[in-house]
Amino acid sequence: MKWIAAALLAGLLLLLPLFAGDFYINLASQILIAAIFALSLNLLVGFGGMTSLGHASYLGVAAYISALLTSRYGFGHGAAAIISIAGTIATAAFFGIIALRATGLGFLMITLALSQVLWGLAYRMSDVTNGDNGIAGLTRPMPFGISLDGAAAFYWFALIVTSIAFLMMAIFVSSSFGSSLKGVRDQPRRMAALGFNPWMIRWITFIYAGFWGGVSGLLYVYYNKYIHPTSLSTTSSAEALLGVIAGGSGTLGGPVVGATLVLLLKNYASAYIERWNMLLGLVFLFIVLVMPTGIVPGLSKLMTRLRRGPR
Amino acid sequence: MQFWIIQGLNSLSLGGLLFLLSSGFSLIFGLMRLANLTHGAFFMLGTYFGATALRAYSGLNIWVTALGAGFAVAAIGGLFERLVLTRLKTNPLGQVLVTLGMSFIISDACLVLWGGDSIPVPTPHNLQAPTRVLGFVFPTYRLVLVGCAIGAAIALYFLMERTRLGAMIRAGVDDRQMARAVGIPVSNLFTIVFCLGAGIAGAGGVLGGPILSAYPGLDADMLPLALIVVILGGIGSLLGAFVGSFIIGFIYTFGTALFPELAYIILFLPMIVVIAFRPQGLFGRVGA
Amino acid sequence: MTPLTSDYALEIVDLNKAFGGLKVTQSVSLAIRRGERRLIIGPNGAGKTTLFNQISGDMRPNSGQIRLFGTDVTTFAPYKRAHLGLSRTYQIITLFTGDTLEHNVTLGLLGLLPSRWQMWRPLSFYGDLAGEARRTLDTVGLLHLANHPVSEIAYGEKRRVELAMALAQKPRVLLLDEPLAGLSNTERSTVKSLIASIPRETAVIMIEHDMDTALDLAETVTLLNYGRVIVDGERDVVIADERTREVYLGS
Repeated sequence: MKWIAAALLAGLLLLLPLFAGDFYINLASQILIAAIFALSLNLLVGFGGMTSLGHASYLGVAAYISALLTSRYGFGHGAAAIISIAGTIATAAFFGIIALRATGLGFLMITLALSQVLWGLAYRMSDVTNGDNGIAGLTRPMPFGISLDGAAAFYWFALIVTSIAFLMMAIFVSSSFGSSLKGVRDQPRRMAALGFNPWMIRWITFIYAGFWGGVSGLLYVYYNKYIHPTSLSTTSSAEALLGVIAGGSGTLGGPVVGATLVLLLKNYASAYIERWNMLLGLVFLFIVLVMPTGIVPGLSKLMTRLRRGPR
Repeated sequence: MQFWIIQGLNSLSLGGLLFLLSSGFSLIFGLMRLANLTHGAFFMLGTYFGATALRAYSGLNIWVTALGAGFAVAAIGGLFERLVLTRLKTNPLGQVLVTLGMSFIISDACLVLWGGDSIPVPTPHNLQAPTRVLGFVFPTYRLVLVGCAIGAAIALYFLMERTRLGAMIRAGVDDRQMARAVGIPVSNLFTIVFCLGAGIAGAGGVLGGPILSAYPGLDADMLPLALIVVILGGIGSLLGAFVGSFIIGFIYTFGTALFPELAYIILFLPMIVVIAFRPQGLFGRVGA
Repeated sequence: MTPLTSDYALEIVDLNKAFGGLKVTQSVSLAIRRGERRLIIGPNGAGKTTLFNQISGDMRPNSGQIRLFGTDVTTFAPYKRAHLGLSRTYQIITLFTGDTLEHNVTLGLLGLLPSRWQMWRPLSFYGDLAGEARRTLDTVGLLHLANHPVSEIAYGEKRRVELAMALAQKPRVLLLDEPLAGLSNTERSTVKSLIASIPRETAVIMIEHDMDTALDLAETVTLLNYGRVIVDGERDVVIADERTREVYLGS
């Protein structure tokens, strides 16, 4: 049953461009990008118990480095991608050292403050980043000589990357290291007494999450062919966090569902009412007050209850 | 020389504003263990209230306006605390998230109500003439602002150390369970402190108006500054908020004047140094 | 490698710890031989658990030295001490409540293995690890509950899972913090025989209030009061000592 559903979903995702119009294909590409981003944040929030409010940093750093290297310094996309990811990893490693001096709310405040540094830099260092105008006129890469300029081609490219990302993160959380991470989230003191190094486990996870955030950042800048400081803003981090929490943190499907909902909401609702930020805020309030564990855990609880039959 | 003195005074006045902003943040954090991410929005709300009132009635006194806006913002904060935050007592992460959501709602509401353009706030007439001391010229309003922040600091100090309310708050900060056990109405205390913090931020927003003006994104500019101040000074410490505010006031002002592009990085350096060597902040207690 | 030749499993030299003005450990010195069975007794607030926390590294002493098999570990993080062969249980049960018993014990095993850093291979692929965990659960008599989450089992069973987690690590020094607390009489005798069957080369240091059971397990006894060592030595000598009576009977 589960396998049939998965196969159907995979088929649907794979064949989507054959029956959907460009608008929907593009929307699906954006959802895939948001899903990788939310999944990477979920490694921290859900599996590591580290609530970061600055995850947009890694999306933004990768996107900006790639944009600058390809548009200004004449780098090819391959080299630019490698350097962008390396830069993102370095940023995450450095920010992690600082933020992991604290836990809980302190961690949240420091990650927020650090991401504001990058946001401020993107705005203020206008001779490098072009400030509020953003960097436009970017190109998409051509892996193996295949152009990604068409909606369908890009979608398939994004789908491949997303599938790899999902698989890698799924293996990560079920691995020995993932078990250590969950253990450190639940009982850090016990884990230390058992021989685990909690700090190192958190730091490596922080970097790994930053890495996938960087991958989503590359897709983001390829898709939009444009980058603006808002992609580094707190709103950007908060949207991803909302996706994780709305879908269900600490589950694999949750962030994907949550990110999808947030993106659809943003696209559709903002067509009718202009106030996306206000809506985002209201949804935050609603989710936290009404379904704090998220949609996916809520639904799966419902499913088991239905399967067991009414009591 | 004039440059240094003017920038020095600008630093002091920004520091004063930051204190009005961060003292409330710090108090709320200390008592409620809540990182109130709405705080920047409360400040901005105060600025918009002030801008509207002062521009509508040119004879209005700025101090009265600040007081009124302070009460208005305190009321909004109180409602938010009673209606939303109290429901999430067992969910500290949820609390932070709703304060973030609330900040989005407020800042977007301000954009709807007041539009996207910056609204300047007039400097009070009687404080427009510069003050001359020893041949140097000082903007009077900024001098008064610094005095005002110091006055607020002293008032808060007395409130915390010399009054019954302050004693109860301190007891709640030290040990919430114990405070409850000896009959201190902790839940009411939460509301009072949240109102107080929001009110000071709102009043500070009015007083900051003539310097900063009211504009969309003011909240996003101020909140990180408040975060840095409290991380630097020590979360929950009034003295830490005071010292941290002036340190950041100086660094930000001189950073912006001397290295405008790097001001943001320079601003965060002291925070990073403090986190590295003294994670609890300059005046924070271990484990806070 | 002189450390390994040390006769002592654990040495504590002139250890001091204070919280503000309250001295919870005062110039405590202890030496525990390899394989020794030591009982630590003392009234509530004598500083027994605080001493354990300093040995395990959860707490740093203000001064003094702690040596494990001759290695000075005073400044070592807890996980480094675990890798030198130190394990402990907690007075307040500290388990992973959402996970199965098997997973709990597996974490105990994993903590000392290099494969704990493995990110590309699901933990469930390590069949030998699960088998080892189940064997350990069998020795504490909980194999039938191996696939149940900890949140579903009874209190006495949780105590045994605590023990199983530590035993799985095959420690050379094992700290047991009130392993009998809150157990029924039958459970007590089960846990007692479990502790008695711990391999002889493991040094066991135990805090326990239930003297009737604990004294049978002990070879040596240390009496703590107000953070100080009052009496220290062979079991029968300490029991017969006048000062022991004073502390317990208030003279």
